[in-house]
Amino acid sequence: MASERTRGGDTRITLTSVLVDDQDKALRFYTEILGFEKKTEVPLGEHRWLTVVSPESPDGPELVLEPDAHPAAKPFKAALLDDGIPFTSFAVDDVRHEYTRLRALGVEFTQEPTVMGPVTTAVFDDTCGNLIQIAETT
Amino acid sequence: MQAITCITSRAVADVFKALADPTRRKIVDELSERNGQTLFEICARLATKHRLGSSRQAISQHLDVLEQASLITTERRGRCKYHQLDTGPLERIVERWLQNVREEVIRASR
Repeated sequence: MASERTRGGDTRITLTSVLVDDQDKALRFYTEILGFEKKTEVPLGEHRWLTVVSPESPDGPELVLEPDAHPAAKPFKAALLDDGIPFTSFAVDDVRHEYTRLRALGVEFTQEPTVMGPVTTAVFDDTCGNLIQIAETT
Repeated sequence: MQAITCITSRAVADVFKALADPTRRKIVDELSERNGQTLFEICARLATKHRLGSSRQAISQHLDVLEQASLITTERRGRCKYHQLDTGPLERIVERWLQNVREEVIRASR
């Protein structure tokens, strides 16, 4: 519920990031395996400003494939992996269907599709040092 | 011999202590449904299926108690850690009191 003070604000969520160990590998995984499309690619010194979008909403939120070069990023990612924690979650219509499709493409899951109260979720390894959750509202 | 008995009774005591806690019994329930879960999955199951809002740290400590009682083991696959239920200690407890009963049932059925 917007309060008097926040009403009329026009701040919107347009970008979210995943910290990847290799931008080329990440671009291949997020487009060829997950099925996103490349939206922007701007050279920025050693790395690139690189984003992908869902083909279902090309003008929707962009996912930034952000290099994990900062020294704090790697221990953070390793600690999340150790405990099996997906920092990023995407929506799908049918978790089981997507699980089967991704498994056939060689994607490794750390959690098979599981009913978790109002949602069904599964968790996979994006090969770039992250666990990603896919969730379906049941 | 005495030393062995001592270790065994301590191990049995650890199993009972580990299972005396309702949250730890829920963890065992969930692992018996699907063996090999990450800490994240265990926490998510407890929160969504059992409405247990314990912190991740608290669940991690419960897992340590279960591991000390040899009821769970941990295995590293890739960069993730998975928890496996080991029912061995439970079987030994069942054997201790139910073996005679079972043998009687078998004798009676002959």
